[in-house]
Amino acid sequence: MSNPYAKLPGWVEYGLIPLVNLAVAFLVAGLVVLLVGENPLEAAYHLINGAFGRGEYIGFTLYYATTFIFTGLAVAVAFHAGLFNIGGEGQAYVGGIGVALACLWLDQTMPWFVVFPLAIIGSAFFGAAWAFLPGWLQAKRGSHIVITTIMFNFIASSLMVYLLTRVLKPLGSMSPQTRTFAEGGQLPKLDWLLSIFGLDIGTAPFNVSFLLALVAAFGVWLLIWRTKLGYEMRTMGHSPSAARYAGMSESRITVITMMISGALAGMMALNPIMGEQGRMQLDFVQGAGFVGIAVALMGRSHPAGIIPAAVLFGVLYQGGAEISFEMPSISRDMIVIIQGLVILFAGALENMFRPAIARLFATSSRRAAVVAQTKGA
Amino acid sequence: MDSIAIELRGIDKSFGPVHANKNINLKVRKGTIHGVIGENGAGKSTLMSILYGFYQADSGEIHVDGKQVTIRDPNAAIAAGIGMVHQHFMLVENFTVLENIMLGAEESQILNKGIAKARDELKRLEREYALEVNPDAVIEELPVGLQQRVEILKALYRRADILILDEPTGVLTPAEADHLFRVLEQLKSQGKTIILITHKLREIMAITDEVSVMRRGEMVATRTTAETSVEELAELMVGRRVLLRVEKGEAKPGDVKLSVNGLTVKDGRGVTMVDNVSFNLRAGEIVGIAGVAGNGQSELLEAISGIRRAVSGEVLLNGKPINVTGHVDPKDLRDRGLAHVPEDRHHVGLVLKFEECENAILGYHHDKRYLNGVFLNVDAIRKDAEQRIAEYDIRPPNARLKTANFSGGNQQKIVLAREMERSPDVLIIGQPTRGVDVGAIEFIHKRIIEMRDQGKAVLLVSVELDEIRALSDRILVMFAGRVVGERDPDATEGELGLLMAGVEGRKEAAE
Repeated sequence: MSNPYAKLPGWVEYGLIPLVNLAVAFLVAGLVVLLVGENPLEAAYHLINGAFGRGEYIGFTLYYATTFIFTGLAVAVAFHAGLFNIGGEGQAYVGGIGVALACLWLDQTMPWFVVFPLAIIGSAFFGAAWAFLPGWLQAKRGSHIVITTIMFNFIASSLMVYLLTRVLKPLGSMSPQTRTFAEGGQLPKLDWLLSIFGLDIGTAPFNVSFLLALVAAFGVWLLIWRTKLGYEMRTMGHSPSAARYAGMSESRITVITMMISGALAGMMALNPIMGEQGRMQLDFVQGAGFVGIAVALMGRSHPAGIIPAAVLFGVLYQGGAEISFEMPSISRDMIVIIQGLVILFAGALENMFRPAIARLFATSSRRAAVVAQTKGA
Repeated sequence: MDSIAIELRGIDKSFGPVHANKNINLKVRKGTIHGVIGENGAGKSTLMSILYGFYQADSGEIHVDGKQVTIRDPNAAIAAGIGMVHQHFMLVENFTVLENIMLGAEESQILNKGIAKARDELKRLEREYALEVNPDAVIEELPVGLQQRVEILKALYRRADILILDEPTGVLTPAEADHLFRVLEQLKSQGKTIILITHKLREIMAITDEVSVMRRGEMVATRTTAETSVEELAELMVGRRVLLRVEKGEAKPGDVKLSVNGLTVKDGRGVTMVDNVSFNLRAGEIVGIAGVAGNGQSELLEAISGIRRAVSGEVLLNGKPINVTGHVDPKDLRDRGLAHVPEDRHHVGLVLKFEECENAILGYHHDKRYLNGVFLNVDAIRKDAEQRIAEYDIRPPNARLKTANFSGGNQQKIVLAREMERSPDVLIIGQPTRGVDVGAIEFIHKRIIEMRDQGKAVLLVSVELDEIRALSDRILVMFAGRVVGERDPDATEGELGLLMAGVEGRKEAAE
């Protein structure tokens, strides 16, 4: 009763409000484009067209979305236990080692469907291992996970530079990357999936790891809402004191949650390494770990919200590349601005329009109630 | 003295679909103490918040001294001569009394002049109303009763003629409460008007001139206190007859179920909260622990239930030790027959964002009947929850509803149902009826007595002395972390009150 935010119908809460926030973000982004002296409508056209205009574009959009689903899920899982895992970037990066090792070992002798499961296990293992340390430090030593995961991103980056320049680089090569994998180390594209809709995938690297991402999303839903562990994680996330009262071990849940989160982030590496490049390159994560934070925020840490949020960021990445190609005075940084605005309005200012919308609904529902009453009488 | 200090006409307020105040009319005569009672969620606090400018009414008028006023914020309320003493004090803990009283009424950027003026004014107020307090004392070092006095002085300093007190006695000892009532009488005799919000019927009878009763957002009656009775008011509040006294038979104490020996607990800062406490709890009896909030009762409960580590001492459950000074798994204690209804149901006993059925398994989520391997058996959980909702009359009867949307009484029933249902040997209960409405109190008390009659051992901690006296078979009084006395339930309130204030206890210890 003392809560001024009335409960709203689900479609308003999870549909209308995020859409309004998004619309405002794009409006403000349009103003910025105007400021640069370009036509925002033209930019919008290139954004949409660049993301959906052709089968190939759609393939690229979904390729990016795959990456963001993994990192978004990683952040969301930690969120549910009240942990803010900023280290998705580093965990994904280190997860790449698992993918690369599986591929380098078996790509010449085995088909992809044998290498793929091993690569999944490898990426999850390395990602989890990289998240284990911050989790353990928080659980046993009280080192704050935000600080440690940020530091571990830098450590991961240095570690990978070392590995890719000294250890994993083939002899005689000048570029910091592994050798290109043979066929067994490359994932098949999902051209058949697009062709169902009559689309041609072209050169887009949209591959089977997208299906894995969907499975992972379902798995996360199961974990959070249908398992004992998920129940304990949510209890701790909402109320650590209630978790203690119920006899849940805070340190155990912290470590396990971080490892699951890290495993999901690590699995992101499958998409660029096995799905696109066919080798592991320096800096292949390209900020996807951080985008995952925005995706989880927008998707309200629910898999059903994370998938569309990941697609949205896929659109921004793919469509944004198209804008900067077509309108040279708008650089790729513009996309970073738009992303920032989306995060600002959908995340930080998420409740800005809520009171107004709630009021709108309160009055309309009261009116409806009055109408119903008079009809009843 | 027949003029009207405050008149509310047709006040209406909704929060979304919740109609908190429905067409409220209220007249408070000048120079009287006017009680407003009602169950939790009846709309008392909303009404007073409207009067003090925290909320705006959707419709309706407020008249002060016969003139219509618009109260947009607390500043406007103060300008209209209305002061408020909140249930939770609005004081800056590390400021002095004087600084707190001046806060927001400094009058200039440079403090010195204001301070001198405030000091004089404070002296005058103290003389006039017999409200002595050292102006240079730091708030956090003052006892609660004095902190409340500072709140009252704050209002008077702002020239309030009308004082609203929201549940003022919740944190006071009986003696402090009596003193507060004397202060209020004094203020009344000086012509101030006082509105007292409370759910304690005894206070209403003791001090008010008139009383208005709210129920479900409506003002259902206004009575002259002298012409009404506790029974009538209770009935008006709940809307049906209420059993105020708990019926209970003779206790038949059996074996010792819980034995506490020399238990000492310190808080995070190393302050001793529980000091060498020993007692036995037998099957078939209710032992009540009385005391003013903050005298170690909470820490005692937490140590016994394994949430907080003790420094030294020994606790035996059914004759077997609990490792209270080391790591205790609360799950293990539950398996051994100890159930715990924590004092703070909002942060400890429940997860408010969970669905009702999710809270119904909190702490018992390891139970095989709720699991399919690592997965939750959602059907079994919901079915179980629905069964208990029916048994404990939890309303609304919806196991999927978010727990935050239940009233205080129903939230408490969710916790009680969970902890009582497994028929534990030892039940420890903290503040069973805090923030619970009268109707639910009756129900909860009956259930606690039922547990005792089934031969369970019940340890009850409550700051409501009436509740302790009504339910307990033996009463232990805690003061400053120590058990300062044991009394029968027919001990007088005065006797217990002195113990709670540490007066008797100190004498006993000295002897």
